[in-house]
Amino acid sequence: MTGTNSFSVSRYGPERPGWTRLFARDSLTRRLDWPILLAATALSLLGSLLVYSATRNRTELNQGDPYFFLLRHLMNLGIGIALMIATVWLGHRALRNAVPVLYGLSVLLALVVLTPLGATINGQRNWLVIGGFSLQPAEFLKISIILGMAMLLAARVDAGDKPFPDHRTVFQSLCLAAVPIMILLLMPDLGSVLAMVAIILGVLLASGSSNRWVFGLLAAGVIGCVAIWQLHILDEYQINRFAAFANPDLDPSGVGYNTNQARIAIGSGGLTGAGLFHGSQTTGQFVPEQQTDFVFTVAGEELGFVGAGLIIFLLGLLLWRACRIARDSTELYGTIVAAGIVAWFAFQSFENIGMTLGIMPVTGLPLPFVSYGGSSMFAVWVAIGLLQSIKVQRPMSA
Amino acid sequence: MTNIPETGRTPRVQIRLVVIQILVLSLLGTLGGRLWYLQIREGAEYQKEASGNHVQQVVQPAVRGDILDARGVPLADNETRLVVSASRTDLTRQKDGGKAVLTKLAGVLGMSPTEVMQKVRLCDAKTSRPCWNGSPYQPIPITDEATPKQALQIRERSEDFPGITAEPEAVRRYPSPGKSNTAQVLGYLSPVTDEEIQKAKDTDSPYLRSDMVGRSGLERTYDKVLRGKAGVTRYEVDNLGRVIGKAESEAAEPGANLVTSIDSRVQRVAEYELDKAMKAARQQYDKITGTNYKADSGAVVVMEAKTGRIVAMASAPTYDPNVWVGGISAKDYQALTGKDSDYPLLNRAIQGQAAPGSTFKVISTAAAVEAGYPFDGRYPCTSSYSVGSQVFKNFEGENFGPISLGRALEVSCDTVFYYLADKEWKKDGGSNPKGRPKDYFYKAAHQFGLGKGTGVDLPNEVTGRVPDRRWKQAYWEANKDAWCRTGKKDGSYVEKIAYENCLEGNKMREGDSINYSIGQGDTLVTPIQEAVIYGAVANGGTMYQPTIGKAVISPDGKTVREIKPKKRGKLPVSQATLKGMDDAFAGVMTRGTAAWKFGGWPQDKIPLHGKTGTAEVYGKQTTSWLATYSEDYTVIMTIAQAGTGSGASGEAVRNIYSALYGVRGDGSIDDRKALLPEPQKGLPKVRTDGTIAAPKITGDPAKDTETAQKDNPTNGDDQLPAGTTPSPTTGNRDTRRRRGHRARGSRRRSA
Repeated sequence: MTGTNSFSVSRYGPERPGWTRLFARDSLTRRLDWPILLAATALSLLGSLLVYSATRNRTELNQGDPYFFLLRHLMNLGIGIALMIATVWLGHRALRNAVPVLYGLSVLLALVVLTPLGATINGQRNWLVIGGFSLQPAEFLKISIILGMAMLLAARVDAGDKPFPDHRTVFQSLCLAAVPIMILLLMPDLGSVLAMVAIILGVLLASGSSNRWVFGLLAAGVIGCVAIWQLHILDEYQINRFAAFANPDLDPSGVGYNTNQARIAIGSGGLTGAGLFHGSQTTGQFVPEQQTDFVFTVAGEELGFVGAGLIIFLLGLLLWRACRIARDSTELYGTIVAAGIVAWFAFQSFENIGMTLGIMPVTGLPLPFVSYGGSSMFAVWVAIGLLQSIKVQRPMSA
Repeated sequence: MTNIPETGRTPRVQIRLVVIQILVLSLLGTLGGRLWYLQIREGAEYQKEASGNHVQQVVQPAVRGDILDARGVPLADNETRLVVSASRTDLTRQKDGGKAVLTKLAGVLGMSPTEVMQKVRLCDAKTSRPCWNGSPYQPIPITDEATPKQALQIRERSEDFPGITAEPEAVRRYPSPGKSNTAQVLGYLSPVTDEEIQKAKDTDSPYLRSDMVGRSGLERTYDKVLRGKAGVTRYEVDNLGRVIGKAESEAAEPGANLVTSIDSRVQRVAEYELDKAMKAARQQYDKITGTNYKADSGAVVVMEAKTGRIVAMASAPTYDPNVWVGGISAKDYQALTGKDSDYPLLNRAIQGQAAPGSTFKVISTAAAVEAGYPFDGRYPCTSSYSVGSQVFKNFEGENFGPISLGRALEVSCDTVFYYLADKEWKKDGGSNPKGRPKDYFYKAAHQFGLGKGTGVDLPNEVTGRVPDRRWKQAYWEANKDAWCRTGKKDGSYVEKIAYENCLEGNKMREGDSINYSIGQGDTLVTPIQEAVIYGAVANGGTMYQPTIGKAVISPDGKTVREIKPKKRGKLPVSQATLKGMDDAFAGVMTRGTAAWKFGGWPQDKIPLHGKTGTAEVYGKQTTSWLATYSEDYTVIMTIAQAGTGSGASGEAVRNIYSALYGVRGDGSIDDRKALLPEPQKGLPKVRTDGTIAAPKITGDPAKDTETAQKDNPTNGDDQLPAGTTPSPTTGNRDTRRRRGHRARGSRRRSA
């Protein structure tokens, strides 16, 4: 317990040239989690290739410029990396103090979507278009919820008052999460709601909250689903749309078409794929939303089992390292934040890839790092920044 | 990096974190497994699906084969029309979806822009016609009646009309040589349906979406040979149908030509005479109903007696087959098939059935001989025949005394047949036979081919009906509930009948058998069945399967597949009896029921034989039948609601023979005017380039024949001639005679 900031470790050491300092034994760069950084960068760059392949012929989308989406994806990546560096530089603990502000801001942003300022794309009113840029506040809500719940749940434990968060704290944190979920339900952005639920579960598990809360939440979710189904709150077509992942015939012209074409694209890839830019499903634009939600199909078709498997492997590597970070964190706050990010990435990856493979229902969730989309890219890189911050600052509280 | 975390954390959190880690990795493992399943295990399957996904076919339709008459004159062929088509693929690529181009095109074609746009939109559940029902990758025809000037305008300024083509294309045409129509025999085409495409997918002749399919007549029976094989070019396309590469193409193979045994000139004469006879019948007064005859439908069959080949087949009412060309309008279709139409699409020669009336006596005679009554025996032709309270009268109440079966045929004496049929009915055990009844009269009908199709090479032939014991039982079982519900012992006529039927409708009653023996009651026959029977009597007893198709000639003319006449069986009649019948049928024409219409006919040079018939239909006027034959031809004519056979059809049948043999009204024969004194032998000549030589038909053969008949002594003769012949207009039989037995049969009658 030195009580000093890890940044300041070198401050009190002898002066060294800048570049040596950068690679010094105890330097920040040395302590960064490089596998995570490499995996995230590799996924993002792979994503840029796939996005380019999916959009270079879509003249109706790319405004005549085949590199339109590629350049924007790379630009998003640049901004994302900058945000990550900023996050590491600030440090997750510093951010802890800003959580109420961040939470308030992101909720406010999400509320604006519901006003006439919001834009409806693909039947979901979850976009905010500002001066040519479109934002999805739902992505930032995910970070806010993780940080907000972690702040509440870890406060008394990290202070050493209690071994676990008490019921009151858990209840408070759930209320904190309920507000953005209500907003998402109003949009309605079902995919993000599901991601939120996964995040909450991960956060509660990692916080050491009583099992009753965890199982209670799970039971509530199951009862809610059954109630929605049995009470006919949804129309039959909505249920069919949801179930179309298993049987595309239920909604052949809508979601069923997407899943069918996605499955054909991936299945036809075989072991090594048709080769980048040579997939007939991709070139022929048979898969809708291929640069965003269905980007994995490009990998499946053009890069085959090898390429698509590489994406899954990189995600696995990233998540594995993130789990390590959660386990190794000396304070509960860091553990909860890391676990929340793991739950978020894991669920979103599984849901996104699963829907293209026809084992999960279709919802509009992007594949982290790979899918085209600024908000998602910024959010996941901020999350990487948080993970790095947790890692580099660990010894401080040890 | 410390391996042992110094978190001082409770194991609960640590365990949970491990659980999360395992859960996360197993989720990703699931994805990997599923990926392996889709890409490696099922990969080949999806590759096939993907290749089907992005390949689209463009079809160059095959030119359909011609249908020719026996001399090679085309009855159905193709004409070249300038077809202006729009390619949807090209139009959708344009900024406004092709609106501007289509509007400009409408101006050139003199159509309204909305009309043009409606034609190129795709049909779906919400779109009403006009719309395009075929493949969106197929050029969509906007008009097939473009003038050369319009076509030039479009082709010379092709940069102004992107996606629009003006090309000469083969369009089906029914040229009606010599004013013949032949509509029902030829049939018609319409676009193939989805269902048919599915059904024929795995057969040796699958349909293409653009195919026209024969729906009726020869077009349907010989669809496979006429259709040919369309050329197909496969393109790689994207999801919006934009072509991104060409794959492969196969050239179109034109369809084969079908030579038929129809002679378009004889066909014209038959059609003309049928129409004329029906018009004439409508001028005749029917004493029974107190109105003129309706003569609402009729049919003529001219068949080669020795081969079963059809020379002419006419059905009335008729229609112009060219209404189908280029797609029929909803209004025209309604007029042809709607409830208010007279159903001109029906080919009444094979699809019209009616009680045969006295033409049935040829079967009764054969049955009687088979049952042991000598042909030349003496049988009482009394003026009436009584069974209990029922009196069955002879026609007009005539009395000829004891006569032979031959004479009974000649004068169409009903009572002779009543007497014989009744005797056999009693022998069989009456209404409740013990053991197996012999049923000679019913057996004979089956042996003559009634109750089943003749196998003519036209679709949807009906079978007619023999009202034997088995039919009666089945019919009673199907209807007894209704009869027993509505039947009243002392009710109206219909109610009384229902009551009777409820009680014993399943039994062969005495009156049924008596009626049956002269072709009244529930028996139904088609004109084509009569043609087969009388053809067999003419040729010495062989029943042929009637055929219209004579040969299929490949488009290059190199291979010719002849369609040989097929024998279906022998008449169950000895040669001696046949000879007796033959003489009797000749007598019908010279001194019997038809003699008053055939006066002055050169019977010594061209012997004609025949039998008249007048069948009763409950609630309607009588059906007239005239079944005739010469050495080479059988001519059957029937007109519904037109009185007697000789009265309604005598003149028309005579004119058909006159046309065939070149007989003038005064009985002299002009060989040069004879259309077909002998059946057409051989096939039309095929030229080396595959085309088929055909003579030109000038003028109207029917009018020529009519002119030659000016001196006919019997023409327009509606007075009752002397002798045994009945009046042409008062031919209805005494209704009392068969009280209570017509109602059942006639309610279902279609002819």
